[in-house]
Amino acid sequence: MRTSKKVSLNLCRAMVLMISLVPPVFQATAQAAEKEKPRTGGELVFAVGGTPPSFDGHRETTFAMLHPVSPHYSTLLRFDLLNYPKIIGDVAESWQISKDGLTYTFKLRRGIKFHDGSLLTSKDVQATYEKIIFPPKGVASARQASYAVVDKIETPDVYTVVFRLKHPSTSFLANMASPWNYIYKADILAKDPRWYEKNVMGSGPFVFVEHVPGSHWVGKKNPNYFIKGRPYLDGYRAVFIRDTAPRVAAIRSGQALIEFRGFSPAARDDIVKALGNKVVVQESSWICNLTVVINNEKKPFSDPRVRRALTLAVDRWEGSKALSKISLMKYVGGLFRPGSEFATPEAELIKLAGYGKNIEASRKEARRLLKEAGVPEGFSFTLKNRNIKEPYEYTGVFLIDQWRRIGLNVSHVQQEGGPYFNDFRQGNYDAGVDFNCDFMDEPDLQLVKLLSSDKSPLNYARYKDRVLDDLYEKQGRAANLKERLKLLRQFEKRVLDEQAYQFHVLWWQKINPHWAKVKGFKNVPSHYFMHLGDIWLSE
Amino acid sequence: MHRYILKRLLLMIPTLLGVAVLVFLMLRVAPGDIVELKYAGTGTFAPREAIERERAEFGLDKPLWQQFMSWTWGIVRFDFGNSMWTGQPVIHEIAIRLELSLQLALMATLVAISLSIPLGALAALKQDTWIDYAVRIFSIAGLSIPSFWLGILIILGFLIIFRWLPPLTFTSFWVDPKANLTQLIWPALAVGYRYSAVATRMTRSAVLEVLREDYIRTARAKGLWERVVLVRHALKNAMLPVITIIGLEFAFLVGGLVVTEQVFNLNGIGMLFVESIAQRDYMIVQTLVLLISFVFIFVNFLVDLINACLDPRIRYQ
Repeated sequence: MRTSKKVSLNLCRAMVLMISLVPPVFQATAQAAEKEKPRTGGELVFAVGGTPPSFDGHRETTFAMLHPVSPHYSTLLRFDLLNYPKIIGDVAESWQISKDGLTYTFKLRRGIKFHDGSLLTSKDVQATYEKIIFPPKGVASARQASYAVVDKIETPDVYTVVFRLKHPSTSFLANMASPWNYIYKADILAKDPRWYEKNVMGSGPFVFVEHVPGSHWVGKKNPNYFIKGRPYLDGYRAVFIRDTAPRVAAIRSGQALIEFRGFSPAARDDIVKALGNKVVVQESSWICNLTVVINNEKKPFSDPRVRRALTLAVDRWEGSKALSKISLMKYVGGLFRPGSEFATPEAELIKLAGYGKNIEASRKEARRLLKEAGVPEGFSFTLKNRNIKEPYEYTGVFLIDQWRRIGLNVSHVQQEGGPYFNDFRQGNYDAGVDFNCDFMDEPDLQLVKLLSSDKSPLNYARYKDRVLDDLYEKQGRAANLKERLKLLRQFEKRVLDEQAYQFHVLWWQKINPHWAKVKGFKNVPSHYFMHLGDIWLSE
Repeated sequence: MHRYILKRLLLMIPTLLGVAVLVFLMLRVAPGDIVELKYAGTGTFAPREAIERERAEFGLDKPLWQQFMSWTWGIVRFDFGNSMWTGQPVIHEIAIRLELSLQLALMATLVAISLSIPLGALAALKQDTWIDYAVRIFSIAGLSIPSFWLGILIILGFLIIFRWLPPLTFTSFWVDPKANLTQLIWPALAVGYRYSAVATRMTRSAVLEVLREDYIRTARAKGLWERVVLVRHALKNAMLPVITIIGLEFAFLVGGLVVTEQVFNLNGIGMLFVESIAQRDYMIVQTLVLLISFVFIFVNFLVDLINACLDPRIRYQ
């Protein structure tokens, strides 16, 4: 059932102030007011729009690994999905931060057992984080850089873990709640640090049963789970369905009850039309966006006036209205998700190039800048894009139309992933559509692609700007939110307005239609989360 | 005949070697790097050292000739290596999908044979009658309608009318025949229909051609029963091109049903192939190309053997 009830997410004071300025974070959730007593039993079948490369959360970067594998594991901390982004302990019972912000002490719950019956202790947490932060040779760790601030990890006793930092970090605690940081068993890691790539042994709410590559993944209830009374489900079955149409059909037929990533507006409408009040739709904004990456080394794009003209030409406000009806693209925002505590308020946002509400004036200015930079009317260039319809293709077509209105003639070159990333990496492009998705609103994560290209290999725009690098360092060590926001605004103004190195188009909307009998699931702005321990089936 | 079989078997070796060299080089020429794709694919930051480390782990930092030698030496020892994407043995990744793909190809072939040979022969015998026209409409429709589109219609029909869908996951025929057939019969019908259309038209034209041969006239002149003329003399000879077509189509079906697999969410070889190419999983793609080439060569070999049995002139040549 779709309801019009709006439920705001109490992120923080800043967001409460901004709530009237930004789109609602959560809409249409009937479950927030739910007071039903959870029912135990049943198997949850859910669809996953991909397949897991390996089973090792420390090395993988795709939701297709997280959704089937996470229910087997615990993490040190985790986000409380019913009150996102509140952080709660998972295997950690409590934690303390020293006054100088350099020492984080975590006390672990007692009696937590791995699925093989062995006790989970501080040694396991230490071994886990050492693998993530200081991976042995030959072991890949995708998020090693996120923990570069950690100097050492100590275990003064069996149930205490201490992280000592090189300098204070505002994002460190939230990073400890990363859904990727599964707690592994120290003994196993000592024997083979890559064992977890092909095997599962966790302490989470579900025990591994079966994985058939490309087909499905099955887990059953862990009777010894450390949270009493959880999980509610007897088990789960994750079915891998790569394409949207069969995934929608699976939900429509009831063979799968939910898909945790998100559907397009058209798919949502299709499901709602077919299932009526048997389905509930939860919607939110999403910590994902598409950006226009400009090759700053190539003429005429090396001229900031040309880059600025490109962003000035894009009517994000009208684009949002049109694109949100047909694609995931929806929210107008700067470098941070609209609605997050770091987001720039609309009153300030509209002062940035390309965010003004008078599009005619912006385009007039864009034409003037192009003329001043010596770019002729009808100048041609290519926009490289992925050959994925949703939301890439829609966005590419939209951008080309916007640039046509300032006299630019842009061809759309769509490529599959391999050549696309290869061209970006080698600078073989004029402009391109890139994307960014994160599990939390955290500038340390969201800004990393915008650092100088010699510091961040994923900055495909190929520029070096030490001012930005310096601002990034400073904001990560800011003493308080006010100071941090000030630095972030400077960073944002430099990237999006003064230099226009690369710029965001729109932020995504996350749409989760699911069978009404699936309870305990609350949509959050990241598709990297789903805590099956809280989910139950009402029938 | 033994010499002929041995010669054909030995010829497979240089053919497969040529395929191995070609696929190896073509994959390396194609732009894109599996490690970049794995990290950048989800937009996550990955340090250069991690990327280089992983490339070294896959042996992608070595010269091409070393990579090729290492792969071919593995094949000689029946060690096809591990998937670069999942880390699982290539043989394991392929084996779990091959059962489904082979069964689907077999079922589609059965559907095609059971429809095409009687219908094609009937159309030829009743040339230019309403039966012939009906069969021709049936076969032209089969050629015109893509299998995946028919598959979509079947799925939508089930969803709208019965609110039902075939099972999402594959169950082996030997474990639960009912669940297995409930899942695979629909794609087999969708694919088999197009397949039967090709074979029906081929059967019809081959039978028509044979029926005009002198030896058929002679057989009839001898006073043989029409049934004997048809089955022993006409159909047997008309089957040569039909068997060739059926064999080639079967080999194609083993790895070529990508879109149909997508529509029915089947975990088959076709999907694995496409995904592995998109992911630049060299080990899987190389092995799959070799496997499918082997299936093509082997099926052709079988077709030639059957043709040799049916037509002694081929044996004697």
